[in-house]
Amino acid sequence: MTDQTPVLSFRGINTHYGAVHILKDVDIDIYAGEMVSLLGGNASGKTTTLKTILGYVQPTTGEVLLDGVSVNDWSTADRVAHGVSMVPENRRLFKRMTVRENLEIGAYLRSGEDLSTDFDRVFDLFPRVKERLGQKAGTLSGGEQQMVAMGRALMARPKVLLMDEPSMGLAPVLVAQNFEIIERINKAGTTVFVVEQNANMALSIADRGYVLQTGRIVLADTAQALLQNPQMREAYLGEV
Amino acid sequence: MIDMRRTFRFGLLAGGAMAFLGGIGMIESFNERTLIDPILRMGDLFLYGTLFVIAYIAARGEINILEEPDYRAAETTATGAAVGFVATMVTVVYALLITAVDVVEFFPNMDEAMVESLTFEQGAPIGLALLGLASVIVGAVGGWLVSTADGLKQSISKVVGWVLGFALLEVVVTDIVESRDVSRLIYSPNGGLRLWSVAVIAVLVVYLSRRYSGRLTSFAAEVSNADSKSRLRRGVIAFLVFAAIVLPMLLGGILNELMINVSLFVLMGLGLNIVVGLAGLLDLGYVAFFAVGAYGTAVLTSPLSPTFSPQLNWWVALPIVFVLAAIAGLLVGTPVIRMRGDYLAIVTLGFGEIVRILLLSDWLTPLFGGSQGIRRIPGVDVPFLGEVGGTRPEFFVYLTLIFVLIAGYISYRAQNSRIGRAWAAMREDEDVAEAIGISTVSAKLLAFVTGAIIASFAGALFSAKVGAVFTNSFDVLVSIIILVVVIVGGMGSISGVIVGAFVLIGVLGGPKSPGLLAEFAEFKLLFYGAILVFMMLKRPEGLLPSVRRSRELHQDEMSQDAWLEKGGDFTADDAEGATT
Repeated sequence: MTDQTPVLSFRGINTHYGAVHILKDVDIDIYAGEMVSLLGGNASGKTTTLKTILGYVQPTTGEVLLDGVSVNDWSTADRVAHGVSMVPENRRLFKRMTVRENLEIGAYLRSGEDLSTDFDRVFDLFPRVKERLGQKAGTLSGGEQQMVAMGRALMARPKVLLMDEPSMGLAPVLVAQNFEIIERINKAGTTVFVVEQNANMALSIADRGYVLQTGRIVLADTAQALLQNPQMREAYLGEV
Repeated sequence: MIDMRRTFRFGLLAGGAMAFLGGIGMIESFNERTLIDPILRMGDLFLYGTLFVIAYIAARGEINILEEPDYRAAETTATGAAVGFVATMVTVVYALLITAVDVVEFFPNMDEAMVESLTFEQGAPIGLALLGLASVIVGAVGGWLVSTADGLKQSISKVVGWVLGFALLEVVVTDIVESRDVSRLIYSPNGGLRLWSVAVIAVLVVYLSRRYSGRLTSFAAEVSNADSKSRLRRGVIAFLVFAAIVLPMLLGGILNELMINVSLFVLMGLGLNIVVGLAGLLDLGYVAFFAVGAYGTAVLTSPLSPTFSPQLNWWVALPIVFVLAAIAGLLVGTPVIRMRGDYLAIVTLGFGEIVRILLLSDWLTPLFGGSQGIRRIPGVDVPFLGEVGGTRPEFFVYLTLIFVLIAGYISYRAQNSRIGRAWAAMREDEDVAEAIGISTVSAKLLAFVTGAIIASFAGALFSAKVGAVFTNSFDVLVSIIILVVVIVGGMGSISGVIVGAFVLIGVLGGPKSPGLLAEFAEFKLLFYGAILVFMMLKRPEGLLPSVRRSRELHQDEMSQDAWLEKGGDFTADDAEGATT
């Protein structure tokens, strides 16, 4: 895969919140069709990484590249239009809107176009969502909300789907189900970048993984290798 | 069983309310207006009306949805009378205290005259006895009403409503009738309805409502259930537009003047509704844009504009004013773009004041006249009619209505378009809206600019109507009142803003102009506050809410209802929900 241009990459990214140095010389490459996990504990810089991809946070040095083009001075809207879409942490649906409105607004940048094929794709992945279309998103159960949140992100027809802690706040059964769906989305051709604390689960379906520790990438390898790595097992997989 | 404690508590409440209304001088000043000659004055209506409502609520008791209430006339009447009695005791003690101790220095209204006003102008022993008698009777009637059959209750409330309506709106009726002789038949020369016209209204109301009320309610239900594209709905809208065209011809000068004031607030309400109701940006300095519109028009059209005086025609000045307002919208919007909620409110509040103070400042006095203002602003040139200004309200009202239609159309289109959806998303969760690809910066700026331009409509019309602008027409109170209009009417709802403006500006009066009930002028803000508190407690979505808003505010109840409908059992779905 190395001869391709990565869909998304970080080149020597450093970010600061005021005087606090968050991301330190971070390099990440994600290639088309891959499923990549970013692992790390609390305050390791995972969320900042996602914010930098979407342009909420500007790097102090380094470049964010989409398909090899530097997007540092692109607005968030431009990056989304280019095909980056996020499922936020804790789902954050528009709780007061109906499920249908949530999905429609996911395709905001393509307003006015025919969305029926996109709806069908979402219903195909999540048959439950179709039954709940008229219901207010805030009244859904946690598992259903996760489905709608993923559906909302997919409505934008992303090339790269970013997922912020998809296992957060869900029962273990649902977490497993969730990752199955992520895997299906990935198999269907969408590149997926998952940010997770649940390293075991994330690595079980990923192709490759990065491990972030206090803002620095300390490990980068295939998922298989990471699962075998003794250092990794000790720190993140709960084994001694 | 009579709940003694509750009765006593409500009696104290009623007595306190009566004492308060007296203490602020309201009863005294309202009593100068006779509603039904010679038996009812407006002050007495408020005094005993308050008692009546409290007695009714006390007698109704705690409402239990699960039990069919069973009221016995003797019990409820006794409760009501007891409330009246306790209230009298409070009022009597209060009146005696005021007579004995001189507190006029601290409470200018608490003097002998006020005691007189509470006691049918009879003064201590006799008047107080009369007050007590009247209170007990009013309380008893209020209590008795609880036990009556629903049909009777409705008839009584309809009759009372219509009679009071005719009495309170004497100005309107005489203004519409326009014939002194006819209005003399209905109203007495001292003011107030004649007794026999009360009887006629009562008989007519009972007769007509018996005959037609069924049909009316079914028609109303049909209209409200009809979807927005149906013929019925369109028919109703066409009727309203037709009424708006014909009505000013029927109304006299005073009412058209009032219509203009209401329309100006409808305009500003529609503009602010876009900013606050749709985009969710709490702007407390909205009056600044009204000022830009008014001063822009004044400078461009008046020959007395101090330095720069192109003396343009109003229609030529108008587009320039829009551009100025749009620039003002950007100027206010840009620096506050990253602010949210309370911070935004405070900063916009500051901006509103800055504009007023700048207009007054020495620096800008050469341009805007400072405290002298700008006078001799010409009216609007209309083909075939010549110059239409404030002296010809029967024509000017059409101008304002046209602009209301335009603003209403802009609001309607904005609400149901792509930008409307972006605003709705931004209002709920700004970060996620951004992540979806909504440019919140441009969405916010667009809201500010659209709102500013609509406010400048109102400003331009205001200048042409009044013929002069002074800075005191643009103080912070105006911003607050526009916001209250939007909140009371229903945030995010176009029809709500119109209803809110009619109720508040039309009936109670605007910041500088009296409403239909001119007596309210002094106590206007008190009523604004009372209405606002009542609305927040009982109907937070406003009088005529938008569908989306009422869904937002009643979300919890609705989801609970849905749960109860399902049979209230705890399913796997809910278990999943519980993990979040």
